[in-house]
Amino acid sequence: MKLQGENISFKYPSSKEYIIKDLNISLKSNEIKGIVGDSGCGKSTLCKILSGYNKSEGKITIDGIENNAKNKFNPIQLIFQHPELTMNPKWKMKDILFESWDVDSELIEEFGIQKSWLNRWPNELSGGELQRFSVLRALSPKTKFLICDEITTMLDAVTQVQIWDLVTKIAKDRNIGLLVVSHDKALVERICDDVIYFDEINQSNLKEL
Amino acid sequence: MNSEKYKRFAFKKMNLRTKTLLIISLTALLLLAIVINSFFIDTSSITTNFPLRNMGPSLEHLFGTDWMGRDMFTRTMKGLGLSIQVGAFASIISTIIAVVLGLLSSMNKYIDLFVNWLIDLFSSIPHLLLIILISICLGGGAFGVIVGVGLTHWTSLARVLRAEIKQINTSEYVKLSKNLGKSKLWIARKHLLPLILTQIVIGTILIFPHAIMHEASVTFLGFGLSPHEPAIGVILSESMKYLATGSWWLAFFPGLSLLIIVLLFDLIGDNLQKILDPTNAHE
Ligand SMILES: Nc1ncnc2c1ncn2[C@@H]1O[C@H](COP(=O)(O)OP(=O)(O)OP(=O)(O)O)[C@@H](O)[C@H]1O
Ligand SMILES: [Mg+2]
Repeated sequence: MKLQGENISFKYPSSKEYIIKDLNISLKSNEIKGIVGDSGCGKSTLCKILSGYNKSEGKITIDGIENNAKNKFNPIQLIFQHPELTMNPKWKMKDILFESWDVDSELIEEFGIQKSWLNRWPNELSGGELQRFSVLRALSPKTKFLICDEITTMLDAVTQVQIWDLVTKIAKDRNIGLLVVSHDKALVERICDDVIYFDEINQSNLKEL
Repeated sequence: MNSEKYKRFAFKKMNLRTKTLLIISLTALLLLAIVINSFFIDTSSITTNFPLRNMGPSLEHLFGTDWMGRDMFTRTMKGLGLSIQVGAFASIISTIIAVVLGLLSSMNKYIDLFVNWLIDLFSSIPHLLLIILISICLGGGAFGVIVGVGLTHWTSLARVLRAEIKQINTSEYVKLSKNLGKSKLWIARKHLLPLILTQIVIGTILIFPHAIMHEASVTFLGFGLSPHEPAIGVILSESMKYLATGSWWLAFFPGLSLLIIVLLFDLIGDNLQKILDPTNAHE
């Protein structure tokens, strides 16, 4: 399968300038691609567009068919930079995790999630602990493309390696196309088969300012 | 959080829970007793009995008797029973209006603007004035007061619900839910309802004392329940004439009873708010 973003242009309603202009990007199954860019250049914005959270100009297709999932599981899943915003503060962690799919307990353990965390509220866990949940939540069997927006920035080096090993292994096993977005060039180069620079694919004139 | 601190915290929280539960059961019992009492009251003690008139509080007549020799305790109970019924009906009407408007406002921008305008309009007019107006238009009496109070007390709950629903609907976790393929109905049931349900319950409980107070004030001013009804407002306004003669108990006990009911409900509403909000309780 092939995910393609064609001629993507986007501006926030509150601003006049396009943050993203005529951007083209593609991602194949089983491919691990990285995007590197400076802070504030629009990486998170692009991630949200590709996964359908923001509506943009241009087309997002899977194998040539436009991906406008409504009332069905979106095969393009996004793991957000800030996990706490993506969790209902009135839900326990287990409800948050299982909203997506029936995660097996083996995998929960592999992600370093302790049993007792499942019965806590989101505000009773650290950012790094929450992020493990949101990574695991996104790894549903129905996920075909996974976009990771700075998902390990809040973790220490050892945990970072641990999480990325798991995610890349699962992605390879399940033939998932993985898009790794970060400002950390070294990290992206270590994980990915292919690295692209945000500024090189984005035609927005903002970057010249 | 260390375990010692956690234990103390848990104890404190349980304490608030138990305390509130206690207050609720007490209040419920009290209300039940009053309402049942007001239905089956022995009317012989509130028929005119001139030899016993203007007696101060005693064991036989806890709240004293009035200028016609009627037992003030019985009259107060009957009055409270009526007040509670009027207050309950009025708060339910208010709550229904608030919920409907809150849900409507989440449907689209124009309805939302309209609802917002309606809320502003109704909260800019003094309650008492509006209640009197509505009540007069509907011919006064219990029906007029219930509708009058019901139509004026929904604004703050509607405002809360509108903001709450908007906040939940635009949250990342609801968007993520949609991305996971959950239907609108599922999201409304799982994300929206549990949260606004607590708001609705608390809102209704907080409206109740206001409703009772406003009913009593309107009746006191002569625009509410008819003077023939055994309402607290009627008792209070009649008693005013006799205060100068030193019959303090005529107004004191009925007023105090009303105040206690009102304060109890305020307390319950406040405590429930603290308990039922998980983010609050777990911080
Ligand atoms: N909701 C919004 N409304 C208006 N402008 C926004 C909004 N969200 C982000 N922006 C702006 O868009 C630009 C790109 O933001 P974005 O979050 O995509 O950057 P980023 O590349 O992910 O940065 P970082 O590496 O710091 O996460 C920023 O200049 C930001 O100020
Ligand atoms: Mg970002």
